[in-house]
Amino acid sequence: MEDMIFYDRLQFAFTITFHYLFPQLTMGLSLIIVYFKWQYLRTKTETYNDAAKFFMKIFAINFTMGVITGIPMEFQFGTNWAKFSELTGNIIGQTLAMEGTFSFFLESSFLALFIFGEKLMGQKLHLLTGFLVFLGSWASGYFILATNAWMQHPVGYEILANGQFVLTHFTALFSNPWLLPAFLHNQMASVVTSSFVVASIGAFYLLSQKNEEYGKLFLKTGILFGLVSSLLVAFPTGDWNAKNVVKYQPAAFAAMEGIFHTEDGGAEIVLIGQPNMVEKKLDNKIAVPNILSFLTYQEWDKQVKGMEEFDKSELPQNIPALYYSYHMMVGLGTIFIGVMALAAFLLWRKKLYSFAPLLWVIMFLFPFPYIANITGWYVAELGRQPYLVYGLLRTIDGISPTVSSGNTLFTLLGFVGLYLLLGLLFLLLVGKAIYAGPKPQTH
Amino acid sequence: MEIFWYIIIAIVLTVFFILDGYDFGTGIIHLFMAKEEKDKAVIAKAAGLFWDSNEVWLVAGGGLLFMAFPTFYASVFSGFYLPLILVLWLMIFRAIGLELRGQFDYPMWKSIWDKSFGVSSLLLALFFGIALGNVVRGVNLGGVENDISAYEAHYFFLPLWNAHFSPERTHPGVIDWFTVIIGVIAVVTLAIHGANWIRLKTNSSINEKLKTVIFRLSLVLVALTIFSLIVWHVIHPQPFGNFADKPLLIVFPLIYLAGIAGLFFTKSDRMKFGSSSLVIVGGITSSLASIFPMILPSTNDVNESLTIYNTSTTEYGMSVAVNWIIVGVLLGAVYMFIQKRLTAGKIDDMDYGH
Ligand code: HDD
Ligand code: HEM
Ligand code: HEM
Repeated sequence: MEDMIFYDRLQFAFTITFHYLFPQLTMGLSLIIVYFKWQYLRTKTETYNDAAKFFMKIFAINFTMGVITGIPMEFQFGTNWAKFSELTGNIIGQTLAMEGTFSFFLESSFLALFIFGEKLMGQKLHLLTGFLVFLGSWASGYFILATNAWMQHPVGYEILANGQFVLTHFTALFSNPWLLPAFLHNQMASVVTSSFVVASIGAFYLLSQKNEEYGKLFLKTGILFGLVSSLLVAFPTGDWNAKNVVKYQPAAFAAMEGIFHTEDGGAEIVLIGQPNMVEKKLDNKIAVPNILSFLTYQEWDKQVKGMEEFDKSELPQNIPALYYSYHMMVGLGTIFIGVMALAAFLLWRKKLYSFAPLLWVIMFLFPFPYIANITGWYVAELGRQPYLVYGLLRTIDGISPTVSSGNTLFTLLGFVGLYLLLGLLFLLLVGKAIYAGPKPQTH
Repeated sequence: MEIFWYIIIAIVLTVFFILDGYDFGTGIIHLFMAKEEKDKAVIAKAAGLFWDSNEVWLVAGGGLLFMAFPTFYASVFSGFYLPLILVLWLMIFRAIGLELRGQFDYPMWKSIWDKSFGVSSLLLALFFGIALGNVVRGVNLGGVENDISAYEAHYFFLPLWNAHFSPERTHPGVIDWFTVIIGVIAVVTLAIHGANWIRLKTNSSINEKLKTVIFRLSLVLVALTIFSLIVWHVIHPQPFGNFADKPLLIVFPLIYLAGIAGLFFTKSDRMKFGSSSLVIVGGITSSLASIFPMILPSTNDVNESLTIYNTSTTEYGMSVAVNWIIVGVLLGAVYMFIQKRLTAGKIDDMDYGH
C-alpha cells in the first residue's frame, strides 16, 4: 500500500507539474496576443500585427504541448485514483465535464481559425477568434480551479451510505469561497509568466541587436503587463488566498509559515530560516515581530496557531517542502515587483533600452515565474495533505485498488522519458521561432 | 436519466470516432500509400488541421463518463491500466508527428515524424477496436479466483494477454484472438474512412489509386464482418438475445449494413465519406446494443455485470447536468459548423495567408 501510493503521487506530481508549465503561458499569452491584435486594429500600425502573429506561433507550439500533456491528466483520475473517482465523480465530474464541454471545444475550434484564418476572415473576425481562444483558455482555468477548490474546501455535498460524496447544491460549486481568490490569483500569476516571457524575448532582441523595433515593443508591453500583474498577484489576490488558508486549513498555514509554537501576543513573520523537524524550530531565523498577525488579521497582537496545536495526523507530511515552496513563491513575487517597478521607472525616464544590466536581468528572469507558479501549486497541494478532499477523504483511500506499484512505476518511467523528449522538442521549436523572429508583412 | 446520459455519452464518443477516426485512417493511408513529398504534406495537413478539435470529443466524453457513471469510469480506467496508458502515449506520438513534420525542411526530419504519425494512428485504430472487443466480451470482474473475489465486486485488473491468447472466461486478457479480430475490423474501417477523407479534402495524386483501395478494403471488411459474427457465437452462447427481445434494436445493424452498401454503390466522395461514417456509427451502436443495459459484462458467476444502473451517480447530479449539457452541445455544434464552413473545400486550394 505504502509504495503504491508513493508512485501514484509521484506520477501525478510529475505529470501535473509538466502539464502546468504550458497552460500558464497559454492563458497569459492569449491575453497579450489579443492586446496586440486590438492595438493593431486601433492604430493600424503593422508592427502590432506582426507581434501578434509572432507570439501566435509560440502560442501554437505551447498550446499543443498543453493539450497532449493535459489528456493524461484527465485519464489519470481514473487510472491511478480510481477510488477517488468513484467516490467524488458525482461532484468533480461536473466541473471537469463542464471544462471539456465549455472551454476545450471553444478553444480548439477557434485556435485553428485564428492561426490559419487571417486571410479567410478579415481583421475584425480575426480579433474575435483570438478573443474566443482567450475566453476558452480562461474558462478552462476557471473550471479546473473550481475542481481544485472543491478538493481544498468541499461544499454543497452529502455523504451516502456507501461512502460516495454527492452533490446537493450545484451552485455551491461556483460560490465556493475558495474559488474566486484562487482563480484570480492563479490567472494573474499566469499573466506574470507570459509578460516575463514577452519582456525576456524583447530584451534578447535588444541585446543581440536583432529586430530592435520589435524588441522595444515586446519589452514595453511585457513590462506594462508584468508590473500590473505582479502587483495584483501579491495584493489583493495573494493576501486573500492566505486568509482563506488560515480560515479553512489552519494546520497547513502554520506549516507554510514555519510556526512551530503558538506565541502569546502576536506572531512574527519569518523571512529566512530552515525548519528543523527534530527540534521543532527554525534554524538561522530572521524574522520581523508581529507582522504576520497584522497581515492575517489586521491586529498586531492576535494569536496565530502553531503546529503544536494540531494532531500529527492532521498536519501535512512534508513540512519543509511546504515551507520552502511558500517562501520561494512569496520571495520571488517580491523580487518580481521590485524588478518590474525599476524597469517601468527607467522606461518612463526613457533610459531602459540602453541600460544593459537591467536588460540582462530581464532576459534571464523568465524561468522564475514558472518556478513561482509551480511552487505555488506545491503549497496548495502539499498543504492539502494528508487529505485528498480536505477533511473528508484521505489520500491513501483514493488510489486504484487493483493497480500494482510495479505498473505505476513502469508508466511513471515511461512518462519521464517521453516528457523529456517533449521538453527538448519544445525548446528546439520555440528557440527556432525566436531565432527566426517576427516577420514584417511581405505583400 | 441513466438512459439519457448513456445515449449522450454514446453520441459524443461516436462523434469522436467519426471525426478523429478519419485522422487515424488518414495516418494509416499515409503510412502505406503516400510516396511523394507533395502528397505526404497535404495528406498530413488533412489530419493536422483538425486532430486537436476532434480529440476534444474524447476529452468531453471522458469527462461526461466520469460525471454520470463514476463507478464505471473508476473500474474500467484502473482495470485497463496498461493499455490506456499506451493509448495516451500513442496519442502523444500521433500529435507530435503531425505538428512537427512541417517545422524543418530536412527529409530525414519529415520522415521520422511521418512514421510517428502513421504508426501511432495504425496502432490507435487497432487498440480502440480491441477496447470495443473487450467491452462486448467482458472481464473477470472482482478478479475472481476459485469463486472468491480478490477485489471489490466492480474492480478488476486485466493483463495484456493470457497464456493462450484466447478469450477464456476465467482469465481473459486484453489482447486475445477475438479482440484482435475486432481490432483489425477497426483498422480496416478507419482506413476506408481516412481514404474517403483524403479524397474529399485533397487533390493528392493518389486519389485515383485510393478508389481501388477503398473498394478492396470494403470487400475485406465484408468478409471480416461475417467472420466476426461467426466467432461471436463461439464466445457468447446467446449473442443475439438482445436483438430478439427488443426487435427495435435491429436498426443499429441496419445502419451498419446501409453504410457498407453505400461504400459499394454511392458515387460522390461526400456520399462515400457519409457511408464510412455510417459503418462506424452502426458498428459501435450495434456492439453497445448487443449488451445493453450492460456496459461491461462479467465473465464469472460471482459478481454482477456492470450496467448503466449499478454504476450511475445520483439522480440530482445527473439532472442538474442536463441543463448545462444542452447548452454545451448546442454551442459545440455551432463551433463545429462555423469551423467546417470556413475550412470547406480542398485543403490544397486554401489560402491561409502564409
Ligand atoms: C507567478 C506566480 C506567483 C507569485 C509571484 C505568487 N503566487 Fe501565490 N500562488 C500561485 C502563484 C504565485 C499559484 C501557482 O497560481 C497558486 C497555486 C494555487 C492557486 O490558486 O494559485 C498560488 C497559491 C497561493 C496561496 C494558496 C495556497 C493554498 O491553496 O494552500 C497563497 C496563500 C498564496 N499563493 C499567496 C501568495 C502571496 C502572499 C504572494 C506574494 C507575493 C504570492 N502568492 C505570489
Ligand atoms: C487545479 C487542478 C488540480 C487538481 C484537480 C489536482 C488534483 C490532484 C490530485 C488528485 C492529486 C493526487 C492526490 C494527492 O496526492 O493529494 C494531486 C497531487 C499533487 N498535485 Fe495537484 N491538482 C491540480 C493542480 C496542480 C498543479 C497545477 C500542480 C503543480 C504545478 C499540482 C501539484 C501536485 C503535487 C506536487 C501533488 C503531489 C502532492 C503529494 O502527494 O504530496 N497540482 N493533485
Ligand atoms: C488535475 C488537473 C488537470 C487536468 C485533469 C487537466 C486536463 C487537461 C486536458 C485534458 C487538456 C487538453 C484539452 C484539449 O484537448 O484541448 C488540458 C489543457 C489545458 N489545461 Fe489542463 N488540466 C489540469 C490542470 C490544469 C490547471 C491547474 C490549469 C490552469 C489553471 C489548466 C489549464 C489548461 C488549459 C488552459 C489547457 C488548454 C491547453 C493549453 O492551454 O495548453 N490545467 N488540461
